[in-house]
Amino acid sequence: MGIRGAAYVAGAFEHPLREIPHLSLAQIHAEVALGALADSGLSLADVDGYFCGGDAPGIGPLNMAEYLGLQPSYVDSTEGGGASYLQHVGHACAAIAAGKCNVALITLAGKPRTTKTIALPPPGPDAGFESPFGPTTVGLYALVAARHMYEYGTTSEDLAEVKVAASLHAQHNPNALLRKPVTVEEVVASPMVSAPLHRLDCCVRTDGGGAVVLVSPAVASTLQRTLVKVLGHGESLKHTAGGRIDLTYTGAVWSGPRAFDEAGVTPRDIGYASIYDSFTIAVLEAIEDLGFCEKGEGGRFVRNGGLVAPFGRLPFNTDGGGLCNNHPGNRGGMTKLIEAVRQLRGEAHPAVQVPDCELALAHATGVLLGTRSVSSTVILGRADA
Amino acid sequence: MSGNLPSPIPLMDEGTTAFWQATTQGKLLLPICRSCGSVIWYPRALCHDCSSTEVDWVPAGGLGTVYSCTVVGRGEGAYKDAGPYVLAYVELAEGPRMLTNVVDCDPRSVRIGDQVALVFAQTEGYAALPRFRPAVSQ
Repeated sequence: MGIRGAAYVAGAFEHPLREIPHLSLAQIHAEVALGALADSGLSLADVDGYFCGGDAPGIGPLNMAEYLGLQPSYVDSTEGGGASYLQHVGHACAAIAAGKCNVALITLAGKPRTTKTIALPPPGPDAGFESPFGPTTVGLYALVAARHMYEYGTTSEDLAEVKVAASLHAQHNPNALLRKPVTVEEVVASPMVSAPLHRLDCCVRTDGGGAVVLVSPAVASTLQRTLVKVLGHGESLKHTAGGRIDLTYTGAVWSGPRAFDEAGVTPRDIGYASIYDSFTIAVLEAIEDLGFCEKGEGGRFVRNGGLVAPFGRLPFNTDGGGLCNNHPGNRGGMTKLIEAVRQLRGEAHPAVQVPDCELALAHATGVLLGTRSVSSTVILGRADA
Repeated sequence: MSGNLPSPIPLMDEGTTAFWQATTQGKLLLPICRSCGSVIWYPRALCHDCSSTEVDWVPAGGLGTVYSCTVVGRGEGAYKDAGPYVLAYVELAEGPRMLTNVVDCDPRSVRIGDQVALVFAQTEGYAALPRFRPAVSQ
């Protein structure tokens, strides 16, 4: 069993705008849905599976399915923050493999740049023991970075390398919010937000959205578009573990091996990786946890252009990532997926296209790395993989 | 200095009122599993290790070590105007790591590995917040 080859990505679409005051959330969901379906050669009438995050307007997938005019036979609004959409890929493949649906649509839309707010999750039973102490999002990632530095000697300059690589890629993306390359010196000289994280260690806040369409092999065989095969998926929850939280690793230590095992490949086989970059430290820990290097070696791995496409050790986030391009709705998983699809189709910008890219990985770390988080890893290949 | 941090009233529920009530008397109660001896954090009557729901609430000794820390430059919500403050995980001598603040010191002086001691900050509700200060004068 497993989902290897159970479904193909037939369509993908990233909303081109980064500030969208003139459209409602539902309108943005609809625009990206239509964009991804047009990319695949399908229409809303073909969709029988619908997936969205818990943040979509209305109750789960119900109100948006209604808005879009869908009558799906299968729905899922699994909520894992920015990792939701990579979870949805795995769930959609399982549903397609089980015959529950044949054409699955996943949509994301958000407007935090316009509304200047972050939607807080409903309080869990942990809330009384955390929120009174003033935990900010950046502060919780800073705690992770500080401990990683303490245990492994990672430096602010190492973290800055992640941002530098993303910025070098973003200069080629005309839609990216931040297109100007930055240097390590500029990153570490940017204002300290929550030590040791500087402003340029943090991702952008953008309005926007994205969507993908997954189809069964039977539907795929009727389409003209270059197909991308889903080879493996893994997800995991990491939490405070009864008081034994360890900030030096992420849930990728579980989601990664699950995805690699299902795909039947290893980290060394991956030609391109989209790695969730809400903050630079999230990338550094994920690289280690996914097995691209040993634990604690992330700093050394990213030095000297290790992440820079097309010829670095691990070309990553060639769209500019969440650090420079887009982090729509404060949820970066969808854009991670879309850029991996571009790479496998050979449709990334020529300056950052990985030559002959056969296998790609998309990984997301959702919610808050400093307390509890959701990880999801998806491995994709060309249609002949 | 961060001695006058905001002390918002914590969200309490049916399972944690006794815990919070004890904080107003200067006690940090730790649930210890009656079956396997595990110390459980955040407080709840369900053992992370053996699933037992039988716990004894035992006061913590009040000493700990900074496991990780950051200086939040500008807080949010109740902390919006608090100025820079230390957000930290403190590992209690009993084992658990708890999210908290280190107070009564220059925020920039706090380091991982520092020894800290429990202090309570009374809220306007029936609860006091367990925070820490440096255990050795700086």
